[in-house]
Amino acid sequence: MTGYSGVWVYAEHRNGVISKNTLEILGKGRELADKLCVELSAVLFGCNVSSSANVLTIYGADKVYVTDDEKLRNYKTRTYARLMTELILKHKPEIVLFTASTTGRDLAPRVAARLRTGLTANCIDLDIGDFEDKETGRRYEKILYQIVPAFGGNVVATIVTPFNRPQMATVRPGVFPPPEKIFRKGEIVLFKPEAIDVDEEVEVLEVNRGQEESSLENAKIVVGGGLGVGGPEGFKLLKELADSLGGCVGATRPVTDAGWMPYDSMIGESGRTIRPDLYIACGISGALHHMIGVRGSRKIVAINNDPKAPIFEAADYIVIGDLFQIVPKLTEKVKKYVGAL
Amino acid sequence: MKGVINMHIIVLIKQVPDSREYVRIREDGTLDRERVRAVINDCDKNALEAALQLKEKFGSKITVVSMGPPKAEDALKEALAMGADEAILISDRRLRGSDTLATSYVLYKAIERLGHYDLIICGIESSDGGTAQVGPELAEFLGIPQATFVDEFKVIGGYVEAKRLVEGGYEKLRIKMPVLLTIMKNANNPRVTTFSGILKAVKKQVVMWTIDDVGAEEKKVGLAGSPTKIMKVEKLSFQRKRLMIEGETADEVVDNLLKRLVEDGVIRGGY
Repeated sequence: MTGYSGVWVYAEHRNGVISKNTLEILGKGRELADKLCVELSAVLFGCNVSSSANVLTIYGADKVYVTDDEKLRNYKTRTYARLMTELILKHKPEIVLFTASTTGRDLAPRVAARLRTGLTANCIDLDIGDFEDKETGRRYEKILYQIVPAFGGNVVATIVTPFNRPQMATVRPGVFPPPEKIFRKGEIVLFKPEAIDVDEEVEVLEVNRGQEESSLENAKIVVGGGLGVGGPEGFKLLKELADSLGGCVGATRPVTDAGWMPYDSMIGESGRTIRPDLYIACGISGALHHMIGVRGSRKIVAINNDPKAPIFEAADYIVIGDLFQIVPKLTEKVKKYVGAL
Repeated sequence: MKGVINMHIIVLIKQVPDSREYVRIREDGTLDRERVRAVINDCDKNALEAALQLKEKFGSKITVVSMGPPKAEDALKEALAMGADEAILISDRRLRGSDTLATSYVLYKAIERLGHYDLIICGIESSDGGTAQVGPELAEFLGIPQATFVDEFKVIGGYVEAKRLVEGGYEKLRIKMPVLLTIMKNANNPRVTTFSGILKAVKKQVVMWTIDDVGAEEKKVGLAGSPTKIMKVEKLSFQRKRLMIEGETADEVVDNLLKRLVEDGVIRGGY
């Protein structure tokens, strides 16, 4: 696939503030670009966003393509997809990454279909390696490995896009640690198309965006509860423990499905991905849906009265016992002796 | 105001393994589907319900379209029993292994064959693939606008006003029809199939189409037509050090646990 070179990251922002998830994939993108010995570029679209471009170079981009135009003030799927496609066709990157946010998941498939290339959704990891086509015996070097949970998360599949360029993927928010500032000397390239092809069939009536990240994703300590917590009352005990540690409470999918906890507190494959220093799992059996969301935790404590609970396999510390006894006791001792980080 | 607008609504549905049932993974990482019940993908039912509500209001015609193995006919029959007017199943051995690009290409060819339509509604994502890509890719092939992650919408004149959910909030869009919408689960409460619905559906046929019927090129479908390939499948290991925290009493257990956590540096305090 000659002529295609470089790793690109589509940068999401809110009023010019680059999203944390964008920085996460920028960090991974830097690693991939170094393995390939190619440039890492970020793409930034919006209105009055030029001044944010340097943030992307600080976090590792060699180049930032910026289109700053009044017509891009509001995100519109087709306007952005047309512009992104034009830029890709002009510069021919070999890899293009998006965050799997509601914007990334809206935009990336549109761009992939325009380019008639492959797109892998919700990757939990990325790497570079070789691929041998079993049918032809041909070897393809330095291909993007796109790692995704498959079949409900029991297994992971490595997906490749060997014959088409660019190789495109969306990446689950939170799976990569935020990168360090590396203050790269980057180049800002203003991209001014002759005319921005605005989607006139769509009118943005209202944009109401609250806080993007939940406090759950930023918490150093998270206390999680599963069906074993028994109901909303039980979650009060978890909240007290979390409060004593300066942390947050999360829940499994069955819990949010049952309405004991709000939907946005769901941790797992279709919910939030967390990477706290400490995760305390209470009354959680350890379904893979959930474990995918907590595997980045530094230490995992599992409290469960079932000695056979699968979560114990994935725990650093196992506490077999009644959470209704252990959790309040823990809260009490923490309040007495421990100061949260 | 019944009959003011007579719309043609296309609803896309997918038959998936019942996620409420335990799915066994074989040693080689493939899915043992034999004992798993196949059902209509959850949020596709919300898509159909949204269409049925429009039909009640405006007198629309609803065509449900699916791509899948012959047994996906059951899912389409259920959709007919819920109140859809026509059902089409694109089923062809040559479609096996189609990724989202190949799938949306085939659906595009099928929808082109259906002729005029005003609205395409689908669920946001399938419970088995979970990519949420087929809707937007199809809209791109058709050259029509889209609204994804839609929580509520209404049809006003030749426009759809849709509220799409985004991180921490929402966006409201006004979009000229035809448009493709992907609908969230919980956007509505899908109706339950009634006995009279089943009786009515018995008289209706699911139309079966091959890729030749829709005019799709063989080289653009199935494994060969899919840019993405599955290279390998592995079991995911979550295993950690699994140290048992012991103690005679709950007090002791908690003390021992806190000591460890302080040693690890994840909490700090007087232990």
